[in-house]
Amino acid sequence: MRSVRALAAVVASLLTVSGFALAGEPKQGGILKVYHRDSPASASIHEEATFSVNGPFMAVFNNLVMYKQDVKQNSLESIVPDLAESWAWANGGKTLNFKLRQGVKWHDGKPFTSADVKCTFDMLMGKSEQKFRKNPRKSWYNQVADITPNGDFEVAFNLKRPQPALLALLASGYTPVYPCHVSPGDMRTKPIGTGPFKFVEFKANESIKITRNPDYWKKGLPHLDGIEYTIITNRSTAILAFIAGKFDMTFPTEVSIPLLKDVKTQAPNAVCVVEPVNVSTNIIVNSSSPPFDNLDIRRAMALALDRKAFISIMFQGQADIGGTMLPAPGGLWAMPKEMLESIPGYGPDINANRETARKLMEKAGYGPEKRLAVKIATRNIPIYRDPAVILIDQLKGIYIDGELDVVETANWFSKVARKDYSLGLNLTGNAVDDPDQSFYENYSCGSERNYTNYCNKDIEKLIDQQSQEADAAKRKKLVWEIDKKLQEDVARPIIYHSRAGSCWQPYVKGITIMVNSSYNGYRYEDVWMDK
Amino acid sequence: MFAYIVRRLALMLVTLFGISVIIFVLLRVVPGNIVDILFDAAGFVDQADKANLEKELGLSQPIAVQYMQWIGGLLHGDLGYSYVSEKPALQEILPRIPITARLAGLALLFSASIGIPLGVISAVHQGTRLDYALRVVSLSGLSLPSFWLGLLILMASVSLFGSMPIFNPNPATWTEAFAIYCVPAMAVGFRSAALTMRITRSSMLEILRQDYIRTARAKGASETAVNYHHALKNAILPVITVIGIEAAFLIGGLIVTETVFNIPGVARFLVEALRWRDYPIVQNLVMLIAVVVVVANFTVDMLYAAIDPRIRYTD
Repeated sequence: MRSVRALAAVVASLLTVSGFALAGEPKQGGILKVYHRDSPASASIHEEATFSVNGPFMAVFNNLVMYKQDVKQNSLESIVPDLAESWAWANGGKTLNFKLRQGVKWHDGKPFTSADVKCTFDMLMGKSEQKFRKNPRKSWYNQVADITPNGDFEVAFNLKRPQPALLALLASGYTPVYPCHVSPGDMRTKPIGTGPFKFVEFKANESIKITRNPDYWKKGLPHLDGIEYTIITNRSTAILAFIAGKFDMTFPTEVSIPLLKDVKTQAPNAVCVVEPVNVSTNIIVNSSSPPFDNLDIRRAMALALDRKAFISIMFQGQADIGGTMLPAPGGLWAMPKEMLESIPGYGPDINANRETARKLMEKAGYGPEKRLAVKIATRNIPIYRDPAVILIDQLKGIYIDGELDVVETANWFSKVARKDYSLGLNLTGNAVDDPDQSFYENYSCGSERNYTNYCNKDIEKLIDQQSQEADAAKRKKLVWEIDKKLQEDVARPIIYHSRAGSCWQPYVKGITIMVNSSYNGYRYEDVWMDK
Repeated sequence: MFAYIVRRLALMLVTLFGISVIIFVLLRVVPGNIVDILFDAAGFVDQADKANLEKELGLSQPIAVQYMQWIGGLLHGDLGYSYVSEKPALQEILPRIPITARLAGLALLFSASIGIPLGVISAVHQGTRLDYALRVVSLSGLSLPSFWLGLLILMASVSLFGSMPIFNPNPATWTEAFAIYCVPAMAVGFRSAALTMRITRSSMLEILRQDYIRTARAKGASETAVNYHHALKNAILPVITVIGIEAAFLIGGLIVTETVFNIPGVARFLVEALRWRDYPIVQNLVMLIAVVVVVANFTVDMLYAAIDPRIRYTD
């Protein structure tokens, strides 16, 4: 009897072990069904600036290098080879050599070579005959002098000066390699890549379908037979459909904090995570004309901010306070807490901050009897409008009467470019958690997204200095110094960094939501379904 | 009558021409064009790229030239290309028409088949509990916005049945087909049904007080014959007018319902196209809707003459 029990126990344990092994072993097949939050303008990742495009189309492509898809925090250490088998810095950090993978084919059967790499980046740098309709990340390659292929499977990026962060930019989901033989127009409608999934169809306002690439150069991958994105613009409908089991996954980072509670109540088995999205809500200040050309008034406004109140109202407490760079622990470049709190307006005593703000306002000639009336411009979208209303309320306490100036989306950037505003509430998303991306895009003199035309030559020098610094620890200190000065200058006061939820059914495996970027984690070649 | 029809048809053409001009001009007056929207998504405006793109899409040409190109194309059956998808506009619009037509047709059917009988019952039982109950139903139909009703239906289907309809062009079962079209049609048609019910009721009440109804009863006609043969036949004219007008106004409800139920019909497509300022899609779709409205009005007028022998359109 005892031996029978022992045998049963051994069998049971073996079954359990094998069961675990089976559960842990990726299964092939299945169509992953995901809802998509909106109908993207095109399928061309290089021409767009929203992860509505990266989400479904990153899996069609490969980069030279990419962020390891199962590591939540993007960093230089988490970069792995993709179309490049290896890379090496040479010439004192001014040349980045890539050895390319051989035998890779585009989805239409044509071979991938170094010419494709050259023509992709020539187009991004605006050096080729074929042009993108829009080229939102042209500034990423400002330091690249040229790209020289060496045979079919080697390519060198020759830089004007060292820029260690270039590798981080190349690893972004925004940096796929395009085929030379397909026009930019065709890439907008029928993209051809080398990636794990092939493009099937994109029906505007309806669906996006991609299917398994049976000839993918990574043998055995992808696990899924395909991915279907159903475009559902109504968020309530989309969440209800997920709860009803119509979808395997929500669109990543598209579940707001209040909606997350509904999901957890009605679909308790769903796996949900809340992560930072590296999008800051900030104030753009027109410092070129009165009254905000007066630094005292700008500083008073920054001092009046009660960031915790914003976060409490907008995110039920689940968002982060920081400077330009994403706060820790998600962000790699965040200032230490003590340093952050030493910046005017970041100190914990809101009443004391506002008392100082009122004194600055009085110094500028304002007070209870002479209040400053300003319009606060923002886009006609709730995530913009709602914090703008809170901002107006907070500014009341320092003699500023704000009036909401809601601007239709189509006019927003034109209005900002014309400097036709005093104060504006804006959102800034960062594709890569790297100072080069953030500083050059948003704060460098004359850069395209430097909406306020902020230009400080001292800061400019520091930005270039940190960009060339190879020592991570030294670079970090420079970045903190820059970030602190940007906040003290009230260049673009950061109110908060938002977080958002993503949910999937428990049988979906291999999903990793990145904690410091919303743009780099959609290759999905490792995703599988345990059903 | 023939001359009247010819004159009406000529007027329809003039009306459609006027509408085409208004649509075209209004669309261009709305701030921002597709290029602004595309650059908005990019987070900045590059003036040189913007100018190139405007030239590529033909937006840098004078409005009159753009209008003539559109009308010229329309007359040749060429609706132009969608700015967003870069596919022919006709190819984008055509597959969506049957979806919306089915939904609209079912909504109108629901409206008439529920609204008219309930309106008659309400009128015949005036002042009773049944009448009050039906009046509450019609009031709620007029008060509840279709998006709210739609969401309520979706929430109920998720919490009661653990499922909800997601649009599938090839439904596998009748239940799925029912859910795809009938449930949204009820959501959008509830308002029309309520309106039809109210108009039928008031029209019936007026007719039921007429002398000839009393005469019919005096002659021994049954209540059913009096109500449905003598009264309803005469009370139906204003109801037809209302249904005709509702058919024209249905598009508003369809936009919301198609969005809530995620049905890829023309109504939702129109809103998305407007958001992108996708002129070739918007102007052609609005023209299509204008044609539907004008034809619906014409049909109502013709139905008047067919149903009521007292109405004859003279030269």
